[in-house]
Amino acid sequence: MHLAYPAVLAVLLFSVGVYGVLARRNVILVLMSVELMLNAVNLNLVAFDVWLRDTLHAGQALTLFTITIAAAEIGLGLAIVLLVHRTRRTAAVDGVTALGDRHEADTEEVAR
Amino acid sequence: MSTLLAAAGSLEPAARSYLSPTGQEIVFLLVGVLVLGAAVVSVTTRQLVHAALWLVVALGGLAVEFLLLTAEFVAWVQVLVYLGSVIVLVLFGLMLTRAPIGRSPDADSGNRPAALAVGAASAATLVTLVVDAFRSSWIDLGGAAGTTRLTGEYLFSHWVLPFEALSVLLLAALVGAIVLSRTGDGRTKPRAGKLRTGPTKQKER
Repeated sequence: MHLAYPAVLAVLLFSVGVYGVLARRNVILVLMSVELMLNAVNLNLVAFDVWLRDTLHAGQALTLFTITIAAAEIGLGLAIVLLVHRTRRTAAVDGVTALGDRHEADTEEVAR
Repeated sequence: MSTLLAAAGSLEPAARSYLSPTGQEIVFLLVGVLVLGAAVVSVTTRQLVHAALWLVVALGGLAVEFLLLTAEFVAWVQVLVYLGSVIVLVLFGLMLTRAPIGRSPDADSGNRPAALAVGAASAATLVTLVVDAFRSSWIDLGGAAGTTRLTGEYLFSHWVLPFEALSVLLLAALVGAIVLSRTGDGRTKPRAGKLRTGPTKQKER
């Protein structure tokens, strides 16, 4: 099989994930886009492992580890999202701005 | 060295060409188009639950791609972990945050054009780079590289320490998730880890 097929597919999936992370407003949809990006990396790892014929099979072992870390990440992320939704009644990324920098006009309003 | 030889095309010049793809390449391309289409729908649809279900299609297609790349065990782990647990978690998350059924107009934020530009730019750059770099590289799919037996052997002979460390990390992350998602403020229910100071409780220990 030509190596360009899995590599190009992984690149396109990664770009779709980048678009999703930047364009979505709901936190859970952002997490789903992160999953897409992680899977693109997994595809790359598997393809290059098969291509290089590594005796340690580092690519496939790392793929298994990435899947584990993705599971941990989605569990923790959803717990945080549920906590935020419970306390602030929103699941929108741009609705949680308590720690963000305020514009100067806003700070002047607050000062008044 | 063998990859260099293969790249020169001297071994099987007739079989290695874009114009005469093998059966595996055709299946890979078709499933790849399906995966990509499902991913695009999943990040653009305005129906939140549909986005999760299209993600199922994309991740399941990727499992098929792993099978085509002779990584059997990784493919089944993908099916078990992603389709079995991650998607279920995402669906539960959508339901618990009261995701609206039907179209939600605020699924996309205001910086959608910028996101489209960044995504298209990264896709163009990386596709150019990857195609230019691996234009003459071929994967030899001859020997099965990812059977469960082989995976078990290398995972538990060379990768034992990272494996165990990762299992501890997963345990810690899930315990953290449980602690984060507990309800109650600690007054109505006894908190885990909080010592009781009553004399009867002390005696029990």
